[in-house]
Amino acid sequence: MIRQLNSNEIIKLLGKDFDYLQTNQNNQELFVSRDILKSVTSLLKNNPDASFNLLTCISGVDYIEYFQVVYHLTSTHHKHSCIIKVNLFGRNDLFCPSVYDLWQGADFQEREIWDLLGIYFEGHPNMKRIFLWDGFEGYPLRRDYLEAPR
Amino acid sequence: MTSELMTVNFGPQHPSTHGVFRLRITLDGETVVALEPIFGYLHRGSEKLAEERTFTQVITLTDRMDYTSAMTNNQAYVLSCEKLMEVRAPVRAQYLRVISAELSRIASHLIGTGFLINDLGAFITPLMYCFRERERILDLFEMLCGARITLTYMRVGGVFQETPSEFWPALESFLTDMEYRLDEYESLLTENEILLSRTKGVSPITTDQALNASITGPILRSTGLNWDLRVVDPYEIYNRLKFEIPIGENGDNFDRYLVRINEMRQSISIIKQCIEQIEPGEIRLDLPFLIRPDSGEAYGRVESPKGELGFYLISDGSISPYRCKVRPPSLINLTLLDEMLVGWKVADMIVTLGSLDFNMGEVDR
Repeated sequence: MIRQLNSNEIIKLLGKDFDYLQTNQNNQELFVSRDILKSVTSLLKNNPDASFNLLTCISGVDYIEYFQVVYHLTSTHHKHSCIIKVNLFGRNDLFCPSVYDLWQGADFQEREIWDLLGIYFEGHPNMKRIFLWDGFEGYPLRRDYLEAPR
Repeated sequence: MTSELMTVNFGPQHPSTHGVFRLRITLDGETVVALEPIFGYLHRGSEKLAEERTFTQVITLTDRMDYTSAMTNNQAYVLSCEKLMEVRAPVRAQYLRVISAELSRIASHLIGTGFLINDLGAFITPLMYCFRERERILDLFEMLCGARITLTYMRVGGVFQETPSEFWPALESFLTDMEYRLDEYESLLTENEILLSRTKGVSPITTDQALNASITGPILRSTGLNWDLRVVDPYEIYNRLKFEIPIGENGDNFDRYLVRINEMRQSISIIKQCIEQIEPGEIRLDLPFLIRPDSGEAYGRVESPKGELGFYLISDGSISPYRCKVRPPSLINLTLLDEMLVGWKVADMIVTLGSLDFNMGEVDR
C-alpha cells in the first residue's frame, strides 16, 4: 500500500528550516510559495528519509483568481507519496521554477502546462509549445478561453 | 570517418511510428546524432472537452485516449471518480472490471509485441498471429458491452450490464487457447537468433535513469525494479489474487519484449483466479443519473499496460468535472528518447520505438 503523507509529516521530513510552514490543520497537501519550491522539492528528493525519487504527475489548474501547480510525488523506497501545491496569482506573465534538474520526467509535463495553461517554467531547457503550434494564440485550458466561432 | 550531417523527418506518416508521431532526426550516415520529437498531430483537447461533459459522459472520452486498451482507461477514470465520491463498487463489479482490464492488457501487449516484430522486418505474418488472438478478445468485449474498441463498459459505481450467459464459456476457451498460443509465439520468437541479435543489448536504460524520467510500466520493470501498482498500491480486488510481477535485468529491447510476454501469462492466471472467485451479486451501485460529487479533488491511478495511468479530478460540486487532468504513461515514457536513440543506427531506432509501445491517442489526447 502506498501511504499518503499529510502536511505535518512532510514538514517534519523537511527539517527545522521549514517549521514555520506548520499549521494547526492537518492537510492532505503542503502549500508552498514559488520562492521556496526548489529548496523544498530538492530536500524531498535528496533526504534519505523522504527520497521521493518518482515525480508522478504535474498538473496545472486554473481557479480563476489564481493558478495552481500540483506536484504528486512518490517514493519507491519507502512506498509513500505526497502532494505539493504552489499558488500563482495573476493572469499574465505567470512563471514557476522548473524541477527539470531534479526529475527529468518533468520535461514534457511542464511543456504541456506552458502550452495549455500559459505558466512559464523558469530553468527548463526547452520551454516551447508541445501539442499546439508556435504562434497559436491563447492558452486553451484556461477557463476564460473562448473557442473560435463555429 | 564522418560524413555531412543530414536532417530528415521521420513520420508523422510512417508505419513504424504507430500513429502520427514525428521525429526530426539528424543523421551522420546511418547513425542518429540528434533528434527532436514533435507531438500534437492527434491532439483533440480531451481535458478541455471533459470540463463540458457530465461525469458519466467523460468515460467515452477516456476510450479514445489509449484505444488499444480502453478498459484500463475506463477503470482509471471511474476509480478516480469513486475516490472523489468516497464510494466503492460492489464486489462482483470489481471482479468484472479486473477481468476486462486484464483482457485489455493482453490485447494491448499483443499489439505491442506484434508491431515490434513487424518493425524488426518480419512483415505482417507475426502481426497477424497476434491480431488473431486479439480478435477473440474484441469478440469477448462485444459480448460484454456491444462495442469492440470504444467500450465505455465501466460506470462510476460498477459496470454497464450483467454478463451474457455465452460470455463465460467463450472466456474459458479463449484462456485455454491463449496459453497454447503464447507457447507458440515463444517457440517462434524468444530464441529466434535474428530477434536476439537485433534486440539484445540495444538501447538499454538503467533503473535510476528510468525513475528519474518518471518512466513506469513494463519499461521500468524491464530494468529490474519490481514496481507494479497492482501490487504496491492494490486497487479493486487485486489483493485477493496471487500473481508474479515479471521483471527484466538489462532494460534493453529484448527485456521489454520478454516482460510483456510474461505479463500476458500472469494476466491469464489472474483471470482464471477471478473466474473461480467471482460470485453472483449486484453489479452497480444505485447512484443518481447525474452525479454531483462534493467539491474536492482526487488522484486515482491504475497500472495500465503502458504504465501508471492517473486521473487528477477536481470537482466544484457541479455535474461536470472542474478539471480532469490525465497522467499519460505513453507521453512520459518517451522522455528518455535522447538517451535511448542517439548513437544507434536508424534500423535500431525503429526497433526501440516499437519496444517502447506508445500510443499516440494517449500521447496527444
